[in-house]
Amino acid sequence: MKRRTLLASAALAASLGTAAFAQDPTKACFVYVGPIGDGGWTYQHHQGALALKEEYGDAVEIAWQESVPEGADSERVLTQMALSGCDIIFTTSFGYMDPTNAVAAQFPDIKFEHATGYKREHPNVSTYNARFYEGRAVVGHIAGKMTQTNKIGYIASFPIPEVIMGINSYFLHAQKANPDVELVVTWAYTWFDPAKEADAARAMLDQGVDVITAHTDSTAPLAEIAKEGGSAWGFGQASDMAAFMTNDDGTPGPRVASIIDEWAPYYIKRVGQLMDGTYEQIDSWAGMPEGEVVIGEMTDAIPADVQAEAQAMIDAITAGEYHPFTGPINRQDGSVWLAEGEVADDGTLLGMDFYIEGITGEIPN
Amino acid sequence: MIALEKRPQPSQAWTWATPVLAVLLTMLVGGLMFAALGTPPVEAIRTIFWDPLFNPQFASYSRPQLLVKAGPLILIAIGLSLGFRAGIWNIGAEGQYIMGAVCGAAVGLAFYPAESVLIFPLMVVAGALGGWAWAMIPGLLKVKFGTNEILVSLMLVYVAESVLASVSSGLLKNPDGMGFPGSRNLKQYPSGANPELIAGTGMHWGVVAAFIVVILAYVLLTRHVLGFHIKLSGAAPRAARFAGVNPARMILFCLGTAGALAGMAGLFEVSGPAGQITIDFNSGYGFTAIIVAFLGRLHPVGILLAGLLMALTYIGGELAQLMLGLPGAAIQLFQGMLLFFLLATDVLTNYRVRLSNKAKGTV
Amino acid sequence: MDLTSINPVLLIASLMVSATPILLAAMGEMVVEKSGVLNLGVEGMMITGAITGFAIAVNTGSPALGFIAAAAGAAMLALAFGILTQFLLSNQVATGLGLTLVGLGLSSLIGKPYEGIKSPTLPRLDLGPLSDIPVLGRMLFSHDIMVYFSLALVAAVWAVLKFTRAGLVLRAVGESHDAAHALGYKVVRVRLLAILFGGACAGLGGAYLSLVRVPQWTEGMTAGAGWIALAIVVFASWRAGRVLVGAYLFGGITVLQLNLQAAGAQVPVALLSASPYLITILVLVIISVRGVHGAPASLGRPFHASH
Repeated sequence: MKRRTLLASAALAASLGTAAFAQDPTKACFVYVGPIGDGGWTYQHHQGALALKEEYGDAVEIAWQESVPEGADSERVLTQMALSGCDIIFTTSFGYMDPTNAVAAQFPDIKFEHATGYKREHPNVSTYNARFYEGRAVVGHIAGKMTQTNKIGYIASFPIPEVIMGINSYFLHAQKANPDVELVVTWAYTWFDPAKEADAARAMLDQGVDVITAHTDSTAPLAEIAKEGGSAWGFGQASDMAAFMTNDDGTPGPRVASIIDEWAPYYIKRVGQLMDGTYEQIDSWAGMPEGEVVIGEMTDAIPADVQAEAQAMIDAITAGEYHPFTGPINRQDGSVWLAEGEVADDGTLLGMDFYIEGITGEIPN
Repeated sequence: MIALEKRPQPSQAWTWATPVLAVLLTMLVGGLMFAALGTPPVEAIRTIFWDPLFNPQFASYSRPQLLVKAGPLILIAIGLSLGFRAGIWNIGAEGQYIMGAVCGAAVGLAFYPAESVLIFPLMVVAGALGGWAWAMIPGLLKVKFGTNEILVSLMLVYVAESVLASVSSGLLKNPDGMGFPGSRNLKQYPSGANPELIAGTGMHWGVVAAFIVVILAYVLLTRHVLGFHIKLSGAAPRAARFAGVNPARMILFCLGTAGALAGMAGLFEVSGPAGQITIDFNSGYGFTAIIVAFLGRLHPVGILLAGLLMALTYIGGELAQLMLGLPGAAIQLFQGMLLFFLLATDVLTNYRVRLSNKAKGTV
Repeated sequence: MDLTSINPVLLIASLMVSATPILLAAMGEMVVEKSGVLNLGVEGMMITGAITGFAIAVNTGSPALGFIAAAAGAAMLALAFGILTQFLLSNQVATGLGLTLVGLGLSSLIGKPYEGIKSPTLPRLDLGPLSDIPVLGRMLFSHDIMVYFSLALVAAVWAVLKFTRAGLVLRAVGESHDAAHALGYKVVRVRLLAILFGGACAGLGGAYLSLVRVPQWTEGMTAGAGWIALAIVVFASWRAGRVLVGAYLFGGITVLQLNLQAAGAQVPVALLSASPYLITILVLVIISVRGVHGAPASLGRPFHASH
């Protein structure tokens, strides 16, 4: 393909340009799917980017582009980034998977890092993701202990393995803490639509659910839970959502803990490796041990003993002593998934398309 | 008191001068906005309008990309402009674009992984038919029952979006996609792909089709009796009827053409630059094309230029975000301004501004 | 599946809240369209109202001031549309789409400093003994003042259109601007006022989202509500009472499907979310078959008084 050679020569010219000025800072570029102000997914990636800049100061330069549609536009944005002299490009949404690999083929000297995907078609493409299910396990335990109605809720986005994994982990640990617990799942079919997320929370609350976690990005579910005046609880999602820890009148707010996506350690590590020459292609799936999944401050709404149990679970996961998916676990139909003491393998988790035993309802398709 | 007086004929001079005036006004006001945001205004304007075309670092890539971005806009806008001239308001091109992509991709994916040179042409036909059929709904409803086509075509956009969401996580979902919504990538399926035809030019079949359609529309409007009938239907519907124009046939022709072109644009996009059907595959081309049609004064050559200008602000806007850290919202606002100034200055084309001493209360 | 877990009283109470933003915006748009103007920029005006209201409420601590500012801010944006379409005679479809673009861009620029904070929100209106009535009290008399305001607005618009001279003039202008002009009505002035009213209502709808419904500010938070408002006006065939029905139906379908899901039912979500639009098309066809074209005859056509 001639276009490839043309672009490669352009890339060569660009990289020669950088080589001429050896003192040039390393340029890390970020492609965001939403606006930085979404308060959730994109916001946290941008916090990671800012932490990267903070860490290395003048040695690193960052650039970003927000609200980049997946598909054709992202391929162009990626190419322009490559041409503008980026040394490493982080693409932070699943839908950028094919464009990332396509552009990477044309710029072999530039490193590409794709979040949440699984395709690494070229040596300069790495993938990274975080083990959010570890966080779901902790909040699931809290939910199981805190519910008074024995009904807990999960606002799901799309029926993909990532979300199903979260639902299973949340329910599994809620059930361990409280065998009578029942899980209510609603599918919002959106990652971000505050009004609809609030509606979903409202529907659950009206049906007696009193602890809700969300797999969507906005703070709207927490705001809706706050209207219950202290009889229902929720968790921050993606970012800490600390604004909901206390209500305006000083009473305890609906947010009792949170699952924070902390991308900074990964970004700092990878760009550091790029600068000192130890960079290699990897498939990273890190979690609490690496500091990429963090449980935000637990409030006093959680009883002290439950806080202690949750902290013990965090410590065990962080130390690598406990895997949230450790057998015995049965599938929804009662068949054995994991035998006593058996630990789930990553492949099964990443392709998870089944509920575990005890969850009612079906996964939509 | 300022009064407007309708010109007997649109002013030729102003037709060409107003876009330039509007762009200059946008640069001025946009520059002030950029300055207020703490970005050097001249640099920002240069990054948006100059760098994609002439900056040695980007131009060899972004010049062809202008065509890629403008192609679908022009293709859709030409179709819409025929209807707009005839007084038929199809504002649902976004839905027709989606249905074209879905139908065309479905045909391609049905043959996967068989290889044949016939598959791609079949997909194009299916795409055009999908868009055409979707546009026939408001068309037939208008012809049969007199239902308002503006509203029906707009409603059908939402229905098409639901269809898209449904097929991308159901019928057309990639069986090897680890459960994620989205179809197979057509770019990796040679018989179903719409690749770059000449390396480094950005020309794919969609861009070729856009150019051909511009020429056909030009010939149609200036040389063919049908073009005359279209213009007459819009300007003087009663006269058109006396001239033997069948209004029902006119409605179906205009809506059908617009739908087929939008559907083709969708197919070319899904099999080329986008590659796959996903939940949010449509990125507003159908609506932006309405803007392009008006910026281009509903004239084929004007639409060609307007499509390129619109593409320039997109690509230049991306560069401004990347190089200068301008927020995406500022670019959006800038595009909105450009549109407002173009629409505002258009008054000079059709009207003469007169200063009169007596307030005659015409407005 | 346990459908008994759905409490119809709570369902109706929550759909009333859920429908209020689109109801407000749709009422405004209906008046605009009644005057013969099609403003497709509802989404842009709503989100401008959402951020203006949020910013003022946060800075003054008063949600009431926030709502007033939201109405004023969105009306200012509508004024730009009015000037372009009424004085500079630009195409209404293109201008309306441009208005959406401007509104979305402007709101996110203004909104940057307001991300991630909470606003003061409206308390439930204390209706005394009414709120204590069994069933009805929870369903109808436990809302904030804007819910009642939106209902009052429906009644007011209905009454003004039906019984007053102003309503007559508005309808006359929308049906035939040339005839209205010949009768001496100020077509442009009437339309401009309608456009401002429409902007103000859309602004209130947006502020209801950012101050009550969600309460927070995030970019793009209207997420298409303005487009739904446009559909509702059509569904309602330009009648105030039916706008109310339409808004509650559109809002209700989302609330209902989420409730059904929460109750454990398998819900065909795509079909359900498309159904309001399909119903709207059906309604359009029915009113055209009956020969009563609900749409104002001059809808979307520019007016210039020189001939």
